[in-house]
Amino acid sequence: MMKMLVALFTGTLFGVGLSVSGMVNPAKILGFLDVAGDWDPTLVFVMGGALLVTGPVIPVILRQPRPLLAVKFDLPTRKTLDTRLLGGAALFGVGWGLSGFCPGPAVAALVPALIGGLPAVFVFTGSMVAGMFLHGRLTGRPARNAPRRTPAAPPASSEAHT
Amino acid sequence: MEDFTPISGLVGGLLLGSATVLLLWLNGRLAGISGIVGGILTPKSGDAGWRMLFVVGILLGSFVCTMVAGGRDLVQVQTSIPVLVGAGLLVGFGTRLGSGCTSGHGLCGLSRLSRRSVAATLVFFGVAMLTVFLVRHVL
Repeated sequence: MMKMLVALFTGTLFGVGLSVSGMVNPAKILGFLDVAGDWDPTLVFVMGGALLVTGPVIPVILRQPRPLLAVKFDLPTRKTLDTRLLGGAALFGVGWGLSGFCPGPAVAALVPALIGGLPAVFVFTGSMVAGMFLHGRLTGRPARNAPRRTPAAPPASSEAHT
Repeated sequence: MEDFTPISGLVGGLLLGSATVLLLWLNGRLAGISGIVGGILTPKSGDAGWRMLFVVGILLGSFVCTMVAGGRDLVQVQTSIPVLVGAGLLVGFGTRLGSGCTSGHGLCGLSRLSRRSVAATLVFFGVAMLTVFLVRHVL
């Protein structure tokens, strides 16, 4: 029960953070990504502000034996750089660059889009969810950044050890 | 640079970082949005509830801010509908294939000094900048 409240509360905090920082606005993201144009460096301050908290605090948290309300930390177990990781990141980068939306803002922007009458946001977020669903169907496994006990990594993925 | 908003950016970033830290400290979960949303679509037993509440929270937080801001010009979409469809599919598929997005790799992963996350973050920032360059200055 407590864990559910924590999820709701931290989600709310996350939503406020996305809105306050201006990251819900894809025009602003594109302004950052457009380094050759009228560059808007705001995203540096957003990432910087977040890393200012997570950078020092997360290593301290992970040195604890377990989280306060759960049995264990649920962390990714894979360590190698494989084509899925880099290929996925590249595909995401193309989509992000075309639209200015990444997953968090795409969810948060649904609210101002609903209130302000912007169906384009629903088109994007709907397509994004479809893309996630498609991945689940094609791979037949719940690939995720959350942890897996038995990684179904292809044998080829063990080659990268840099 | 007339759109540059460093103060609200920094404050928003501190909030994002605080939410991430709290979720990990209390629930032992990483605040990676693509993983949280994707996990709702392919749930393991008893795992979908907190994910849905986190998403509801994002909507709630966004709602409060939209109300406070009066709802105008918070979101400006400059991309055509067909491109948005393709971009959405790429973002959804790509973040799942690559096991994370700006939050999971960019915030959580960098803070854990995960080699995979550092590599993924460099790739998606680099590719996104290249894409914007091609779209705005070449094509």
